[in-house]
Order: sequence, then structure tokens, then C-alpha cells
Amino acid sequence: MNEQHVVIAEESYTTTSDAERAAQLAKVWAEPSGFLGWFKAVHHTTIGKRYMVTAFGFFLAAGLLAGAMRLQLAFPEAHIMSPDLYNQVFTMHGSVMMFLFAVPMMFEALSVYFVPLMVGTRNIAFPRLNAFSYYLFLFAGLMLFAFFFVNSGPDRGWFSYVPLSGPDYAPGKRADIWAQLITFTEISGLCVAVEVIVTVFKLRAPGMSLNRIPIFVWGEVVTSFMVIFAMPGVVVASTMLLLDRTASTQFFNPAVGGDVLLFQHLFWWFGHPEVYIIFIPGTAIVSTIAATFSRRHVFGYMALVLSLIATGFIAFGLWVHHMFATGIPQMSEGFFTAASMMIAIPAGTQIFCWLATILTGKVVLKTPMWWVLGFFFVFIIGGMTGIFVASVPVDLQVHDTYFVVAHFHYVLIGGAVFPMFGAFAYWFPKLTGRMLSEMLGLWSFWLFTIGFNITFFPMHILGLRGMPRRVYTYPADAGWTALNQIESVGYIFLFLGVAVFLYNVWHSLRRGEMAPANPWQAGGLEWATASPPATYNFLNMPTVNGSEPLWDALPDQPVVSGMHEDVREIVTTRILDAEPEGRDEMPGPTAWPFIAAVVTTALFIGSIFRPIAVSIGAIPLAIALIGWFWPTREESQRRARRNIWEQS
Amino acid sequence: MNLRATALLFFSSHQSPLNPAGIQARHIEHNLVLIFGITSAVYLIVIAVLFFGVLRNHAREGFVPHTLVEDPDVDRKATYIVGGAIGATVVLLFVMMISSFITSHRTAVLANAQSLKIDVYGHQWWWEVEYPMDEQPFRMVRTANEIHVPVGSVVTIHATSRDVIHSFWAPNIHGKKDLIPGYENDLTLEVDQPGTWRGQCAEFCGLQHAHMAFDIVAQSRADFDRWYVQQLSAAPEPTTPQTIHGRDVFLNHPCMMCHTIRGTTAGSTVGPDLTHVASRSMIAAGTLKNTPGNMAGWILNAQSIKPGVRMPPNPMPGQDLNDLLAYLETLR
Ligand code: HEM
Ligand SMILES: [Cu+2]
Repeated sequence: MNEQHVVIAEESYTTTSDAERAAQLAKVWAEPSGFLGWFKAVHHTTIGKRYMVTAFGFFLAAGLLAGAMRLQLAFPEAHIMSPDLYNQVFTMHGSVMMFLFAVPMMFEALSVYFVPLMVGTRNIAFPRLNAFSYYLFLFAGLMLFAFFFVNSGPDRGWFSYVPLSGPDYAPGKRADIWAQLITFTEISGLCVAVEVIVTVFKLRAPGMSLNRIPIFVWGEVVTSFMVIFAMPGVVVASTMLLLDRTASTQFFNPAVGGDVLLFQHLFWWFGHPEVYIIFIPGTAIVSTIAATFSRRHVFGYMALVLSLIATGFIAFGLWVHHMFATGIPQMSEGFFTAASMMIAIPAGTQIFCWLATILTGKVVLKTPMWWVLGFFFVFIIGGMTGIFVASVPVDLQVHDTYFVVAHFHYVLIGGAVFPMFGAFAYWFPKLTGRMLSEMLGLWSFWLFTIGFNITFFPMHILGLRGMPRRVYTYPADAGWTALNQIESVGYIFLFLGVAVFLYNVWHSLRRGEMAPANPWQAGGLEWATASPPATYNFLNMPTVNGSEPLWDALPDQPVVSGMHEDVREIVTTRILDAEPEGRDEMPGPTAWPFIAAVVTTALFIGSIFRPIAVSIGAIPLAIALIGWFWPTREESQRRARRNIWEQS
Repeated sequence: MNLRATALLFFSSHQSPLNPAGIQARHIEHNLVLIFGITSAVYLIVIAVLFFGVLRNHAREGFVPHTLVEDPDVDRKATYIVGGAIGATVVLLFVMMISSFITSHRTAVLANAQSLKIDVYGHQWWWEVEYPMDEQPFRMVRTANEIHVPVGSVVTIHATSRDVIHSFWAPNIHGKKDLIPGYENDLTLEVDQPGTWRGQCAEFCGLQHAHMAFDIVAQSRADFDRWYVQQLSAAPEPTTPQTIHGRDVFLNHPCMMCHTIRGTTAGSTVGPDLTHVASRSMIAAGTLKNTPGNMAGWILNAQSIKPGVRMPPNPMPGQDLNDLLAYLETLR
């Protein structure tokens, strides 16, 4: 093979400019310190890190709940947990993993932290909204676990079908808490979606035209649009459920003309895209890591971007494949089977492009790349079993059995958790300024991968041997005992894999080798900043000349100059070609988003008990919003001087 | 030993889609095996390519700073290969899609006029089963958790729910069908092997979803007819003092507030019909074998066996319990 040597011009951005400018920028962009300062932070790296730590905490909590399930299922007719507790535990596990871990981690945390860095700007658009969305997310999780600890955790499954979750069959507050959890996470997801779209469409570095946007950023943009289009379905479903439960509407009561299937349609309109919301960022991470560690631009950039977009579209045409057993007409079954199989085409395209990247590159085997290889091994199995469930007749056999439990864990853990660990290994130096230990990284990789397969592979077989999902126990003579025990042993390996990862993080934070700005010789703009980045991100605002800005930079790649550096100023650019268009000012730190989030939380939780809480809570919320948007005099004057509206 | 026999040994079970005992399940199994074959072959190829690719060209020396490996000629060739692979994917997807359509079509055997109609109602957490007779709507077989069908004839299960959503699934015979309040679904099937095939609720339906099973008993036409006539009759009058006292215990306890025994004054339909309870092999929706000991435990405190079940504990003196059991024994 011909090897072509290209000089990577990373140095061009880090020309030691005057320390004075750096000091000035650091002062202007400083995050407030001290205890109270914690509540005022608005920089995307601060909020992004909080998102990561919090979402990872929920991952650990939901993982422990999974351990409890594995313990209960290790023995037939076991009485370790009561059926009531088991139902709460699996519902909590599913809901926390989906709403408080997977989406917040893969979408919110990673895009809040990395998108502004990757597009070369100084903060995310609407930073205060960003802080608000984080607090709402945090409170959603705290609320959920608080109710769980007082034996009021939701217990109707993560999709809480009516009428099982309706007023007649779910007394108490458990189902309301589930519905409100949805409301919380919807709002925080929607906020971040808006921020990401505006950041990417308006704040890209000059020169980053559409065809030079990093694949990871494309992934998060597609995800943002999916969030915006998917959420209304579940907003409506969960609100109607809440109204049925608290305000005696009858949307889902068949006795008086309501319809129970309506809930399923609305839920899966959201629920199916949700799965893609979780793993599109994952596949985008794979593209990123595969390129860096194969030492080449990713193969088929255009095909990959189009596949992401196509996946985003087709994902909205599949929801009925969760409902094949409800007795829908054969004609529409055929349509949804075809659509479900069609989505394998963009998925396959991506896989072939990654293979081509790896085979035509020169693979450097470091921990992040190992996670990517593990991703292939696992995720493709999930994709293949996806074809089983897309086929109506086969789905009628495996739907709601452990086969499906295996399928979606291969997809979700393969498509989100493997890339997530890869992403941590890859970006940890950027986040913290320290390198992770390679040796511990490999240990956690192998323990996790082996444990994962021992835990989940036998579930395929269990499903084909007739074991339904969501059962708290099973008969001793059903022939399911041995496989269940093997799975429970696998959990121990999974547990150890995560424990070694945590130890690695803890150890590296204290003693890890210091990380240079660009330890992997990668091409993304995030590597052009210090590790960890300063609060102003870039000393010199970069310009871009290719899809891997550092690799493609000209020897004399220009930087943006002439910005006001005594205020939080950023450049805005045009959507298509990212030509500079104007400048704008980012709002500074404030505690109002935190206060607004506290009020919103009180309002939501209050409304579970008394619907009137919505009206009463609106008053302090209005006050908080007024405080939030109250302009200062200097700010308005500057804005008037800049006169940005007339210029553009 | 051939592959199929090995698979059978491995999966052989009375609750498994891979051990079909009915025409529908057999068609589905063929479809499943086809998809399994294609997807596993593709998977093995992809993983092999990846494995050998990485093995062959990984950088043993680690990072070489400031180098990229890119070659337009190689990329052009790779484009053709990737294009070909996508093409092959599309073709294979088509094959699997068409085979699914054909299978769907084949399993949807149209119910003919002679088909046996059975109404199944889902309850939290048991199955109510009725064999309606158009001529005499009030005289029909009603049982619970045990569905008898004649081997080799078309049966239409007409299903709905009395409370939340359940799903009817006897994997050896056919795929599942949901029982949805407000909707009525039909499932047409044909069992072609005599035997007892276990089924289970497949849609989470609350606390005791795990204990909501049923049996499909497939028997010869003659056996079925005999069973049917037997079920049609009312309960026999008790004859011994013990069984007479047993019946009085039944009628004087809360039992009669929920259960029916045709031929007595107990006529409530909250719980399963007990007119022929002794003829059934399991109690509590497949939870316990129908033995006097199990029955005694169940009557005294069903909550300890199936927590949350809609049947209260019925404490009673040992003598009463014995007589009650003796009476129930006569309900064949
Ligand atoms: C620590 C590794 C994990 C283990 C051992 C595990 C185990 C399980 C088990 C045994 C169930 C079945 C519960 C039942 O049917 O009774 C389950 C359900 C589920 N899991 Fe996991 N899981 C793990 C990680 C994850 C992750 C990372 C996700 C998502 C990103 C996830 C999402 C779900 C969902 C959505 C359900 C369905 C819950 C429901 O039925 O409502 N799990 N898990
Ligand atoms: Cu059920």
C-alpha cells in the first residue's frame, strides 16, 4: 500500500500569543467560584461535565438494580424480592437507563460538552437554558429515586401501557411519578436540542461549511431534530395519562369510548426514534474514533452523513413494529415490515464504511479503538436480531420474550455503552488533562465485553425456549434455570469491568500522566485547545479548511481576529457556507436558571397531588423567568451599538 | 446427528417456538431458520473481514506522529467493494422480506365455517375460556386456563380482555395475539400433534404476570368430543355425607361470591368456573399441579402462593377443609 505522509498542522493554532489576552479572556469568561458560584455556572464545559457525571451516576444506579434482578432470577420460584418490588425494580431499571442515562449521556452530555468545541466557538447557544435543562434533569432523577426509596417507584414498565397504568388498575402515585419523569426529561431534552441546532447552524467556525462539519456533530444535529419531532408524541401520551389519572378525563377508558391503543401509537411514535436518539451519537463516536485510530479521514464521509440523516427519517416510520401483536391489518404489517428492514440499509452502509476505514488505514490499537472493535462485535448482533423482530411472523413469536431483551441490550449496550466507554477513553485527556491507564483500560474492556456476552447471549436462547420478559420468577421445571444462572454469573464480570473503569478514572485523576493538547494526533477542533480547555475554549478563534480541521489546516491557516475581548463575544456564521456574518454576545453566569428549575420541579411534583399546583406554581415561575431575562443597562447599550439585527 | 435433530434436542420444550406442534408455528419456524441462516452468515463474514483486516494492518509501532494513510486509488477500489456490499445487503433484505410476507400469508389460514370457535378472556391473572354454541347461547362449556382442541381441525380463538392488556401465546402452536380491552382479536390455528402445550401471558399485566399460564390440550376428535360433553353437564349432586358437607362449606364461605359451580346456587363469574375443576391438571393459571395438597394450600391462603391474586385467604377448620376438598374432587 502506498503511504502518503501529510503534516498535521496542529501547531498553527497554539502559537504563543500574548499572555495578556489570555488573562483578559479568562477574566471575562470566568465561571463564578465558591459555593454559590456552583449554582450560577453557565459554561458548556462545566454543565457538560456535570451532565456526564450525573448520567453516569444514574447508569451505575440502574446497573445495580439490574444486579438485583439477576439475583432474583438466578433461582426458580425465588423469594428474594416480592413481585411488587421486582416490578418496581425492572421499571426503574428500564426508565432510568433510557431517560436518565442513555439519552442524557449520549445526547445531552456529549453534545453540550463537545459540540461547541468541535465547531470552534466559545460557548453553547443559550447557555442559561442549558444550565436550566441540566438542573431539571438532575431533579428528575433525584425525585424518581426519592419516591423509589419510599416504596413509590413506578412499577408498570418503562412504557407504562394503559389501562395497566390508568386510574383503574394503578392506584397510588406510582404511575403519576413515571409520567412526570417523562415530562422532566422531555423538557431538558428539548432545551438541549434547540441549543445544539442553533450552535451548529449559527456558531460554526468560519470555513466549516456543511460538508466539513465533523461526523460527530452531524450525529448530534440529526439527534436534535429527532428529539424535536419525537417528543410531542410522548408529551401528549404522558399528559393524557396524567389527565386521566388526576383530572378524570377518559382518553384511554374503553368503557366510555376511550382507546387503549392510542397510547401505544403515541408512545412508540416517540419510543422507536428514542432508540435511534440513543445510538446515532454512538455511531457518530465510532466514526470519529475509527478515523483517528486508523490514521485517515473516515471513508465515505458523504455516505455516512446521508446514512445518519436517512436513519433519522426512517426511524419515524417504524413505530408499529412494536405493536404487531395487537392485531393490525396485514396490509399495514407489510408496510412496517418493509420500513423496518429498510433501516438496515443505512445501518449497513455505515458499517461497510467503517470497515473500509479500518481496512485501508493503519490501525493503532489503543483502548478507545478496542471499544470500537467491541462495538462491531456486539452491535451487529443486535442489528441482526433486529431483522428477526422486523419480520412479522417471527416477531409474533419472539416479541415480549427474553429474545427481545437480548436484542435491545445488544443494540443499546452495543450502540451506546460501548461507544460511550470508547468516548471516555478517547476524550478523557481533553476533559481532565490526564491520561487514563492503558492497562486498566484494557482490563475493563475485556471484563465488560466478556461479561456482557455471558449475561446477554443466553437470553436469545431463553426467549426461543419460551421465557417471557418482565416475569419476576419462573417455574423450576420450565428448563430455564441453567441459562438464567449463567447470565447471573456474567453480571459479576460486567460489574467488575465497570469497577475497574471507575478505579482507572479515580487513579488517573490523581496520578495519571499529564495529557498534551492532542495526545492521539487527532483531527478535530476540540484537540486544538488546551487539555482541559480554558473557559474561553480558544485563545484564537479558529477557521476551518476540511472535515478534520487539524489535519486539513493550511500551513498558514488564518484565525479570527478583531473581536471584542472585554465582553463574552462570539462570531456568528451563515448556515450553509459558514461565512462570518456578525457577532453576538453570550449571557453571563446567573442563578436564575437554577431557581427556575427548582420552581418548575415543585410545580410538576405538586401537580401529581393537586392539579391546581400548575396554576399556583406559574406565579413564582413567572417571577423566576423575569429575573432570568432582565437585561442589564450596559448589556443593552452594547447590543444597540453592535446593532446586529440590521447588519445581517 | 443432523443439525435439526440437535436443535430439537436443545430447544425441545412444551413452550418453545422451535418445537412446533401446529401448522402456523411450523411455517414461522421455517421463516425464522431462514433469517437465522442469512444473518449469521453475514455476521460471520463481516467479523472475519474485520478480524483479519485488523490483524493484518494494525500499526505495531503505535502512533507515528504527523502521518496519515490515505491513497485515492485504494479508496476508489474500496468504493466499489462497499457499493457491492450495500447492493448485496439490499438483495438479502428483500429475500427475508418476501419470505416474511409469504409466511404471514400462510399462517393466516382463513377460518372456515366449520372451524371451532373458542372465546378467550384475559383476567388479572387467569384465562377464562368459553366454547359458545350459537343454537343455545346459555348452554355452553366454560372453563379456565385449559383449552381443549381437536387435533387437525381449524380453531379460531376469539380473544379480548376483561381488564388490562394481556397476550395469548402458545409458542408451539402459533405466535402471540394481544387481548385488548375494547378490541376483539382472532387467532386462527391448527394443532397437528396431540399433547399438552403450555402457553403463557406475554404482555406485562401487573403483579402476577409471571403466573398467568395455560395449557392447550390437543386430543383426538373422539377424546375431544367426550371431554366436551362432559364439560357441558352440570356438576353432579354430592352423594356422601362428607361431600354434601363439603358443598355446604363451599356455599357458606366467600367461595360462592366469586366462583360458579353449575348445578348449585354459586353463579358468580369473578373467578374461574369450578364446575369441572377436578378435570383440570393445573390450578391458579398454571401455577400449581392440581393435587389435594396444593388445593388445600391455595384455599387457605392463596396470597402466600401468588401474592396479590384476587382471591382472599379462607381460613377454616381442618374438618371443613377436608370435606370441601372431597367435594371438589367430585367435580370431574
Ligand atoms: C448492567 C448491565 C445490564 C443488565 C445486567 C441488565 C439486565 C436487564 C434485565 C434482566 C432486564 C429484564 C427485566 C425483565 O424483563 O424482567 C432488563 C430490562 C431492560 N433494560 Fe437492562 N440491563 C443492563 C443494562 C441496560 C442498559 C445500559 C440499558 C439502556 C441503555 C438497559 C435498558 C433496559 C430496558 C429499557 C429494559 C426494559 C425494562 C422494561 O421491561 O420496562 N439495560 N435489563
Ligand atoms: Cu396477562
